[in-house]
Amino acid sequence: MSAPISAIREPLITGSKTYHTITEDICGPTERTPTTAWVIAFIVAVTGLALYVFSVTWTIWVGIGSWNLNRTINWGWDITNFVWWVGIGHAGTLISAILLLFRQKWRTGVNRAAEAMTIFAVMCAGQFPLIHMGRLWLGFFIFPYPNTRGPLWVNFNSPLLWDVFAISTYFTVSLLFWYTGLVPDFATVRDRAKGLRRKIYSYVSFGWTGSAKHWQRWEALSLVLAGLATPLVLSVHTIVSFDFATSVIPGWHTTIFPPYFVAGAIFSGFAMVQTLMIMTRKVLKLEDYITLEHIDSMNKVILATGSIVGVAYLTELFIAWYSGYIYEQFAFYNRVMGPYFWSYIGMMGCNVISPQIFWSKKMRRSILVTFFMSIFINIGMWFERFVIIASTLARDYLPSSWSYYSPSWVEVCLFIGTLGLFSTLYLVFMRVAPVVAVAEIKGILKTGGDQYVGPNIKHDNAHKESTQH
Amino acid sequence: MKQESTQVLYGLYNDEEVLLHAVKKAKEDHLDIMDVYSPFPVHGLDNILGLTESRIHIAGFIYGLIGCLSAFLFMTWVFTRDWPIIFGGKPYFSALAFIPITFEVTVLFASVGMVVTFYTICGMGPGVDNPTLDDRITDDKFCIAFDVDNADESKQAALRQFLTDTGAEEVNVKSI
Repeated sequence: MSAPISAIREPLITGSKTYHTITEDICGPTERTPTTAWVIAFIVAVTGLALYVFSVTWTIWVGIGSWNLNRTINWGWDITNFVWWVGIGHAGTLISAILLLFRQKWRTGVNRAAEAMTIFAVMCAGQFPLIHMGRLWLGFFIFPYPNTRGPLWVNFNSPLLWDVFAISTYFTVSLLFWYTGLVPDFATVRDRAKGLRRKIYSYVSFGWTGSAKHWQRWEALSLVLAGLATPLVLSVHTIVSFDFATSVIPGWHTTIFPPYFVAGAIFSGFAMVQTLMIMTRKVLKLEDYITLEHIDSMNKVILATGSIVGVAYLTELFIAWYSGYIYEQFAFYNRVMGPYFWSYIGMMGCNVISPQIFWSKKMRRSILVTFFMSIFINIGMWFERFVIIASTLARDYLPSSWSYYSPSWVEVCLFIGTLGLFSTLYLVFMRVAPVVAVAEIKGILKTGGDQYVGPNIKHDNAHKESTQH
Repeated sequence: MKQESTQVLYGLYNDEEVLLHAVKKAKEDHLDIMDVYSPFPVHGLDNILGLTESRIHIAGFIYGLIGCLSAFLFMTWVFTRDWPIIFGGKPYFSALAFIPITFEVTVLFASVGMVVTFYTICGMGPGVDNPTLDDRITDDKFCIAFDVDNADESKQAALRQFLTDTGAEEVNVKSI
């Protein structure tokens, strides 16, 4: 996978790095005392985590009645948050797996952090269906284990059970993929450390030596895992969309859901990657590895997936009208004009209209614009799930049971709490692991470093016959 | 993971291209390289070293097949033999509905199996502490190692000469 990158591409690593400076720059932050900015961020994150623990305890102690769900609207913020977090996770796998198969070298700058984000986001997502069960201690009932009640098996025909398998497989495979990539880098940290630190990193680096045969197997393994993760990531959000699409609720029962959910997932995931990367590169001073070129590339993905999502919204409306089926027509009329019209406006504004700004190269390469856009998109994608879930349920077949739902403080705290959980995990990850894949960055130095390619090429490196192929 | 320690003569190179030329030269001179270590995968190295292609993907396929069959057959057994239930008027054997779980379990088995296989055949795992030659190999040095346990003085001198001639910045002996 080493054809030199196209001449029109900009360098992916700036600052004329050598192999050693790469190690220093990326492993350095794990070895220094945390900065004040990190400590403040960590205190805020842990406060969020405490709020999470409190609201989960409250929910379990008092019961699901502490939420504002009712007979008509029986899915609210919980499932909205679940779908939102799972969606966010998708960008990590897209960057690490699909872009690996497509041989997009810019992925190496961001893949490690994006994969970490995937794992933490899926952990946050997994909380909601579990808490939503109400009796958390019976959560193991969702797995088909031999039991004394027959054995009575779970319903393998149910999309909710498919989801159990999809999410747990997704989490496991992402974790293995991520950790296997981390092992050589943990070895780098190990070989720089002394004393207890060395013992700890020696334990987690699994005895990595950097032998040629191990590298060969490692690359083969990464490639096959990427090949498996690619259909997996598409299947996960497809199955999440089946939770809705296989029901007979107008507004949910549509065949467009799987592709539309997957595009939306990638869209929101990239937005979250941008939010995190812009902060990470600033705090850890990694601007030479996560360059404007990376941000530009990700903004292009955001523009493409945002437009796919926009087309999907319009297609839904058109098909609802074209179907001639009054329940379907009403469901969509209600979505746009009904009691939750404000969330539809939020969704359309944040997801479809605002990303169009990225047609301009200047905007794509502006850190400030990108940062605010990434927040907008995350809000917009949250609204999308809320629109699909709450506005559809609020007006069912029977007007006498129509209802309105707004969350209780417990539900709001649960959501804020998962943000705390996510941030805590990410901040810890920033401290203990190299946030950029050190070995992979070294592997692209000679094809992506600014002393070898791009306008600042050094003459002693020019026209050098490369043995890479 | 060797039981007894081995005397290793190794040279450290600064650049992967110099390393590749050195490995090529060693192969031409019919020197018996014990191993080559690098901070990142060096492309083309496995061909020059004559390493056979990794068969880990074959193992992955077999694990995937096991996962696929066990998931599908298990669900079939549950719904046709063990506890048949009619869901929504569909047949007991509703194969289409089994596809998502079959797929997920296939991927799960293949991935977990391959990762476990990878660490096992590489002699790696949590807490395993394989001896390393030099701390800089995971940073910016590329290393060619020769096993000199049974080599006499002149053989060792020849290997040292080879390493320096091909551009090694440092040549050392270490027992691992």
